[in-house]
Amino acid sequence: MLKIENLHVSYGGIQALRGISLEVPDGKIVTLIGANGAGKSTTLRTITGLVKAASGSIQWNGEELLGKSIDKIVGSGIAMSPEGRRVFADMSVLENLRIGAYLRKDKEEIEKDVQWVYSLFPRLEERSWQLAGTLSGGEQQMLAVGRALMSRPKLMMLDEPSLGLAPLVVQDIFSIIGEINKQGVTVLLIEQNANMALKIADLAYVLETGNITMSGTGAELLANEKVREAYLGKNG
Amino acid sequence: MKKTISKSTWMTLLCTAALLALVVLLENVLDPNKNIMVFTALKKGAVYALVAVSMNLLNGFTGLFSLGQAGFMLLGAYTYAILTIPVAQRDAVYYIYNGSAVNFSLPELFGGGAFGLVLGVVAALILGGCVAAAVAWLIGLPVLRLKSDYLAIATLGFGEIIRAVFQWDKLGPVTNGANALKNFPTFSNFNIQNANGETVLRLSTFTAFLLAGICIAVIVLLINSTYGRAFKAIRDDEVAAEAMGINLSKHKRLAFVISSFFAGVGGGMFAMFANQAQAKTFTTAMTYEILLIVVIGGIGSVSGSCIAAFLYVAASEWWLRFLDAETFVGGFKVPLLRNGFRMVVFSVVIMIVVLFFRRGIMGDKELPDLFKKRRKEKAK
Repeated sequence: MLKIENLHVSYGGIQALRGISLEVPDGKIVTLIGANGAGKSTTLRTITGLVKAASGSIQWNGEELLGKSIDKIVGSGIAMSPEGRRVFADMSVLENLRIGAYLRKDKEEIEKDVQWVYSLFPRLEERSWQLAGTLSGGEQQMLAVGRALMSRPKLMMLDEPSLGLAPLVVQDIFSIIGEINKQGVTVLLIEQNANMALKIADLAYVLETGNITMSGTGAELLANEKVREAYLGKNG
Repeated sequence: MKKTISKSTWMTLLCTAALLALVVLLENVLDPNKNIMVFTALKKGAVYALVAVSMNLLNGFTGLFSLGQAGFMLLGAYTYAILTIPVAQRDAVYYIYNGSAVNFSLPELFGGGAFGLVLGVVAALILGGCVAAAVAWLIGLPVLRLKSDYLAIATLGFGEIIRAVFQWDKLGPVTNGANALKNFPTFSNFNIQNANGETVLRLSTFTAFLLAGICIAVIVLLINSTYGRAFKAIRDDEVAAEAMGINLSKHKRLAFVISSFFAGVGGGMFAMFANQAQAKTFTTAMTYEILLIVVIGGIGSVSGSCIAAFLYVAASEWWLRFLDAETFVGGFKVPLLRNGFRMVVFSVVIMIVVLFFRRGIMGDKELPDLFKKRRKEKAK
């Protein structure tokens, strides 16, 4: 279980997070929704250690993550699929997946997990030898998710997996996220596509200008009048 | 899948062995005294191929734009020379400084003779690489925080500084000041002679090829390992690579140190090729030559760097040589041919090559890839 308490992060003089607290229980899908610049990505980047926090604490199964190096954090079972996919364009699909398992040494298990990812995303297996830069946006997103899975994480964090994708592809990706969760991976999902994210989420938090303004189960927030007004379009 | 990998490895090994055999054959069939240019080009090409591949490891595979290659070569060349000049020759070489401060020679320490020579030369080359690697580690601490162009300028500065330091008079007893170090074992010492002093088997070019080949093979193995994959990941996207748990600073330093090690070994080999080591030869222009080879061969292609190294050296030293000589055809002086015209034509050739091969001769492909594609098309 991931537990964030009173987390403050600032970039220079600008406060990006003003003391947020949230919990990601094991085995659940938790989503963070909010507008641009609300601090969603900053939260994820602070958890992986890409951004340094000013104060607060991030506890992962009782262990403090703040101040740890990135490789230690990833090694402890937290994987991230970064915003904008960021696949390694000049490497093949298979190489991308192997890089995801960079911190693991168990070769046979890695091969098994490659097959596991291929079973989740059959499209990737077809394009195993293709350079990642030549894939379509949806396939690149699948690759980014698959790559994150290769470290065999207990917690997988996804930063806007629906960004710039066609609605049908988004549905595919979300159904696979559900599938991954069923196989025992905790998911922390960041989305602007609040409708899709809230439908799939067990727990949800609404982030506004660095503060958490609302929280509840996905269904609760989906029904909430304010959320509908701000993120779903009142008539939607 | 595993079978095909070992098969292609065997093919590569076989081709390399064939190439080495061809070099030995060529060397012993052609008379080196009549074909000086051929063998100069081959030896220098082998040395440049190694240095270009080491630069490619950094610039092409890790995405660190460094221009310190000549500086690291200098370190390797001087280390090699200082450690291998025979003790009896030291007074003659260091005559300005009344003898050398280093009074041993590795080939002699290893017992002299053929065995001592091989062991001493190899040990000196490796030590030369180690010195370059150690210095790279030190300057890497501050310099590798920089990115792209800024890193290039900082490493360029390093190359200039190291050249000035080695010409410093106070260091004379070790580095011989601005004078050349010479009389150390060179490639031609590896020719096998009989008791009468006649050469029975010429192995000088073969030695250059073998040494460069082993080093390049090590670099290729590194590139194909998980470390190599991490280097490529850093090149493609630093943020994503970091998110995968790749320690950026550690891997960048590793690539920098390894690349410098092989540049140092290449520098030692360059001294063997040139029969002397002198700081003023390791100029920034040399780094640019190597950068040119890397770019023409294809950034991110080892075989491209090798091919381009030989083409570049052969073209600049051998094929275009006639352009520098004033030529008369039946009393008529051919216009334009004069000293320096070679470089004009050479520059034009390079421009044309770059225009037609936008990503270098090989792009980021390797030689075996070309055959693989053909096989796939056949299968279809």
